[in-house]
Amino acid sequence: MKLSEVLSAIEGRLLSAEADLSLEVSMACGADLMSDVLAFTHAGTLLLTGLTNSQVVRTAEMAGILAIVFVRGKLPPRDTVALAEQKGIPLLASKYTMYETCGRLYACGLPSCGLFRLTADNWPGATAS
Amino acid sequence: MVTGSLQEKEIKPKQTLEVTKLQELVYELKIEQVMTKKVITVSPEDSMRHFKDVLRLNRISGAPVMSGDELVGIISIEDLIKALESGDIDALVGQRMTTNVLTVFADETVIQAVNTFGRLGFGRLPVVKRDGKLVGILTQGDIARGLLRQLEVDYHEEEIHRYRASHIFEDIVSDQTGLILRYSVKPRDFSHCGEAASKLKRALQRLGASPNTVRRIAVASYEAETNLVIHTTNGGQLTAEIQPEKIRIVAVDQGPGIPDVEQALQPGFSTAPDWIRELGFGAGMGLSNIKACSDEMSLESKPGVGTRLHMIIRL
Repeated sequence: MKLSEVLSAIEGRLLSAEADLSLEVSMACGADLMSDVLAFTHAGTLLLTGLTNSQVVRTAEMAGILAIVFVRGKLPPRDTVALAEQKGIPLLASKYTMYETCGRLYACGLPSCGLFRLTADNWPGATAS
Repeated sequence: MVTGSLQEKEIKPKQTLEVTKLQELVYELKIEQVMTKKVITVSPEDSMRHFKDVLRLNRISGAPVMSGDELVGIISIEDLIKALESGDIDALVGQRMTTNVLTVFADETVIQAVNTFGRLGFGRLPVVKRDGKLVGILTQGDIARGLLRQLEVDYHEEEIHRYRASHIFEDIVSDQTGLILRYSVKPRDFSHCGEAASKLKRALQRLGASPNTVRRIAVASYEAETNLVIHTTNGGQLTAEIQPEKIRIVAVDQGPGIPDVEQALQPGFSTAPDWIRELGFGAGMGLSNIKACSDEMSLESKPGVGTRLHMIIRL
């Protein structure tokens, strides 16, 4: 899904001064726990989060997250925006809750990123692959 | 003659904050590096008819007017059209030219010319030395071409750097070659947390490591760096030893140490304070993340002495 399609699905706003909206994200992850993002996302993921501190951008950089959506109408502080600019990670904003923002994207066919193996293995009766 | 020293208000603070590579170049490149040096000029005694031929033959749209060595005016295709409209094609250039010539200095940066073009909408600006001597002519096309040329040069240099870096292990021969990168991590300095991992990530990219390997190492070293920031008394050191077949990463600190290492390794076990949790960290997943990202991992600790986290990622 292109970032431009993400924006229209969530009726969102682009926060970055400039960004390539034709960028393709192949899956998404909604999380406020950065360790989880580091653990179970893959390169090419779109991150949805309610956190706005600059470590969200750091996490995205390390995990190969392609773009970040801030939910619940939250706007990030300057240092977050500056770091994202520096790292070339587009920032988007949604006025909807995490649940609804995720739901809108999922309904448009954007899949979830897979579960972290450690988590999957511990699920009762799971045959982890 | 008005000489353009144009450092005024044109560059707004907001714009200077968001500096891209291209904007950086606009501030670095000198006008003399992008201007056209071969200047086609006309004399005030030439006729407009002659000027028309000069434009056509040289495929230009304007020219400085020189009386001997002195710049006395500037004339453009617009002046020619006006002359044609009023049936005055045999008028002299001197009668039709603009005498109030705005110039730029050869040693000024391109941004000054960009601002002048943007503000006044001129097609060209004569370029003069500080002593007033005409040395070139500058159009917006010259600026675009100059920037593209410089971008290409910079890109080429970057390529060469990358090439050199990725061949270090072939170029430097020993029985065991290793590259050691060491980063100091300050305690509780959360705003800079991740800088070490970020630098290491970039170094690995330069060395030509595969994207998947780079990601594993970036995540593992970021988690290790985060631990140093959150938990240590005096910070610590993150060291990466890069060898042709594997990368060894060691995070060392001098305390406070972990009382129960077994327990610390359990996913979900955490001693992180609330302010860390509010930032989205400290959920007790760090060490299991590191384990998942590395091929080998070991953790040794002694309360009151320090902790040593050791991981190996095979290439």
